[in-house]
Amino acid sequence: MAAAIYSLYIINKSGGLIYYKDYGSAGRMDTNDSLRVASLWHSMHAISQQLSPVSGCSGIELLQADTFDLHCYQSLTGTKFFVVCEPGTQHMESLLKYIYELYTDYVLKNPFYEMEMPIRCELFDINLTQAVQKDRVAFLGR
Amino acid sequence: MQFFGGSEISPSPPVPTASGNNGHMMYVFNRNGVCLLYREWNRPLRTLNAQQDHKLMFGLLFSLKSLTAKMDPTIAEKGNLGVPQLPGQGCSFHSFRTNTYKLSFMESPSGIKIILVTHPRTGDLRDSLKYIYNLYVEYVVKNPLYTPGSPIRCQLFNTTLDQYVRGIA
Repeated sequence: MAAAIYSLYIINKSGGLIYYKDYGSAGRMDTNDSLRVASLWHSMHAISQQLSPVSGCSGIELLQADTFDLHCYQSLTGTKFFVVCEPGTQHMESLLKYIYELYTDYVLKNPFYEMEMPIRCELFDINLTQAVQKDRVAFLGR
Repeated sequence: MQFFGGSEISPSPPVPTASGNNGHMMYVFNRNGVCLLYREWNRPLRTLNAQQDHKLMFGLLFSLKSLTAKMDPTIAEKGNLGVPQLPGQGCSFHSFRTNTYKLSFMESPSGIKIILVTHPRTGDLRDSLKYIYNLYVEYVVKNPLYTPGSPIRCQLFNTTLDQYVRGIA
């Protein structure tokens, strides 16, 4: 049962990286690279909507690369959450929805948080660390 | 390379992963980004003219490839984002899925890119794309009247392709 999550990104509606956490990928990305990758993903997500053969496309949900899977969830307000995980990892949609819940509870309801700005909330960090643990992820699938 | 393994020139097609006419369209690009072939079977929505559409598709694939090469969590030394890479170099991707379509992608060692857009619920099409690559080799590359790098106009290739895609997706 592999459920290794390599990293998590949260980007705001204009493509700026507001949260990045690495859970042990080889060669951690530096700040500049993570910002570039995040905004590149934002653009690719938008282009994929333009290329849809049928109407009503809301962008890439899953990207399957040779060595990883990327699952993306876009909230109604345009904030995108995406995780990089091992190929074939299960329950990632529910994990992302759960992370969105944590975000609304511990970030958006924090009176000191400024919208669209990098997330620095201790409670969010603590709860997130618990959520991405292997057994918890498996629990989300039930 | 797996493309050249085995003695069979044209192996039998892989087992279909879905049934019914779920194929939307297909693109073939060469390594210079020239669209060699564009086929469409079912495309109700068209936001751009054909040329712009092909450019946008090639740009999307190019950028997604540099993104996956940079993001690869298994390799420590990945180089800089956006540096052009040779076919087969760096971590590539084989498909992505949105709520309305699934795009499967294959790149041959010579830089031929085959893109198949299907219904989002289609299964893994990697073997099918390899089979399509074989069709390309058989009907296009081996055609003495075909000039490499020019748009594909081979009747036999088109009909075989149509027939095959209707069967798989």
